[in-house]
Amino acid sequence: MPETREEILARIRSALRDAGDREVAAERAAIARGYIRSGHLGPEARLHLFMDRLRDYDAHVVETSADSLPRTIAALLAEHNQKKVIAAAGLPEGLLPGELSFIPEKQADIQDLNDCDGIVTICTSAIAATGTIVLTHGPGEGRRRLTLLPDRHLCVVRAEQVVETVPEAIERLGGLATHPLTFISGPSATADIEMTRIRGVHGPRFLEVVLVR
Amino acid sequence: MTIRVGESAEAPPFQKAALPLLEDPQLRKNVRHATDVIQRKRGLVVAEQTDWQELRNAASAIKAHTLRHLDHYLVQFERACTAGGGQVHWAADADEANRIIAGLVKQYGGNEVIKIKTMTSDETGLNEALERDGIRAHETDLAELIIQLGRDRPSHIVVPALHKNRSQVREIFRERMHLPELGDQPEDLTAAARHYLREKFLNVKIGVCGANFLVAETGSVCIVESEGNGRMCLTLPDVLISLAGIEKVIPLFQDLEVFLQLLPRSATGERMNPYNSLWTGVHPGDGPKHFHVVLLDNGRTGILADAEARQTLQCIRCAACLNACPVYRQTGGHAYGSSYSGPIGAIVTPQLLNMRQGQTLPYASSLCGACYEVCPVRINIPEVLIHLRGRVVREQKSTLDPEALAMKAAAAIFTSRTRFEAAQRLGRLGQAPMVSKGWMRNLPGMLGNWTRVRDLRALPPQTFREWWKAREKAAGKGSHA
Repeated sequence: MPETREEILARIRSALRDAGDREVAAERAAIARGYIRSGHLGPEARLHLFMDRLRDYDAHVVETSADSLPRTIAALLAEHNQKKVIAAAGLPEGLLPGELSFIPEKQADIQDLNDCDGIVTICTSAIAATGTIVLTHGPGEGRRRLTLLPDRHLCVVRAEQVVETVPEAIERLGGLATHPLTFISGPSATADIEMTRIRGVHGPRFLEVVLVR
Repeated sequence: MTIRVGESAEAPPFQKAALPLLEDPQLRKNVRHATDVIQRKRGLVVAEQTDWQELRNAASAIKAHTLRHLDHYLVQFERACTAGGGQVHWAADADEANRIIAGLVKQYGGNEVIKIKTMTSDETGLNEALERDGIRAHETDLAELIIQLGRDRPSHIVVPALHKNRSQVREIFRERMHLPELGDQPEDLTAAARHYLREKFLNVKIGVCGANFLVAETGSVCIVESEGNGRMCLTLPDVLISLAGIEKVIPLFQDLEVFLQLLPRSATGERMNPYNSLWTGVHPGDGPKHFHVVLLDNGRTGILADAEARQTLQCIRCAACLNACPVYRQTGGHAYGSSYSGPIGAIVTPQLLNMRQGQTLPYASSLCGACYEVCPVRINIPEVLIHLRGRVVREQKSTLDPEALAMKAAAAIFTSRTRFEAAQRLGRLGQAPMVSKGWMRNLPGMLGNWTRVRDLRALPPQTFREWWKAREKAAGKGSHA
């Protein structure tokens, strides 16, 4: 209701009569942000922290080189006998093992997503301190449902994408802020029953991260 | 306008509602266990965040600033969300919000919705309102599902079914999901929920969610969750409706760097919860085709108008104060008679209801301050509790009220030395029949309300003043002190 909008805004303004100076931008700029913004770890330590934190929340982590990436992916898929695997639209050329066949994301309907053995994506950035991968759902990252319905998510992370802190990741996302964003920290989980952490309620039960360095 | 907070208008006083809960050993064991586990986990991940206090200070400052400019940021959010293809609605109270949502569901031709756990929809009684309009609401959060299938009420803001243990959950699922063979391991129960809900996720066309944060700068909505049921409801349906209190707005996208560090550590003791989702209006080719936000007042502007209690609206619903509260840990959440329980509930509920109901809630606290210490946005809950107690007393004030008379008499006695000393001597004489071994445990009449739950130390045979005088006399110094 348009009249409700005016009524609520009027009530807010009347409630704030005592609030004094109402200069928004200057007051906002004066907010003290004394927390840690940039990390202090070297590249090697940062990547180790990232892998530790991923493992701490039940993700499976494998390191590889750019040259061996397709071979590493093939080995991971074979390990769990994944045959029906969907590849995110727009994955970089040469990332997937050429000898295997993948279902292109564009051809997969919701039932395929529900029935497949797994999916492969890349990401936009990753946070070491929290063991998080960040998707902005651009090329190679899939539509949001791609990384949600299947049981296994294999995500390729390049070393230079890994930042140490949450503020660094938010800063990197700046220009993409109005994209759909998904922060993933380990596989889906719940602790709703007696606070016992159970993996895989509705999202993927298995998160496999391939770190390329 | 009718402001409603769940069923709290019909709720009995806290002190009365708490009694049967205190006599339920299973419930108390479940609540104690769950709150112990979360507190332990929280302690570990908060300790490793060396800038925790700086984050709290920043969060508190950002929220206080936002509230001081709430009109500005809401209008900015509305503009940005609309530019992204979303539609913004405003609801003055619970009924209006429910009416708008039911209207939207019908407009899109639906008769059922899938829901993400939403405190605000508990507050407005959305499920019951939809039911009356012939619309079925399916809760998809595991704990909310347990509550819905068990026809129970949530007892915690983050873990609403924490008062149930695994075998109680199994009984509910066995009966309501028709699974006679279901085991009682949390894995079995979780798998049953996964199977039960997957079909709903794939078929129901309308989703309903709340919001953890509304970003004014970008018009984005942020949902923080663990299970993936949230992502299902946000991305699979054609239509998504978000119900959010007006205090959920934050100014900048950058501000998420503060709240996304504080909320998971405070709420579930995780460095980051498994999934955070942000979206801005509609994204062609990805997710719902229609997105609506309903901005809810329902008493919030009344809280905003009370400068001393305004900080209540800084809450990000992490429930750390519940887990830390010695009162909540004894009673669980049902005693608070509201969607919002624990210390934050004790200040939110009566204020939303303009102090007309829930007047016993500000007394459901020992004022120990544990809630303030763990609050990630530094709400000084004890300070607000005392302020609200003052409001309750002022509103109930009547000169014939025995407590008011007693307070008046006490004021007269305490303002005069001779009257005070006379009262002490009189009290010593008067108390004699009620004292046993230095304690009063069973006072008569109205005073019995005190000794029913506390023992009272008897007045000593000699007061400090008498001892001081006697000591000086003995030392032969006279009484010049």
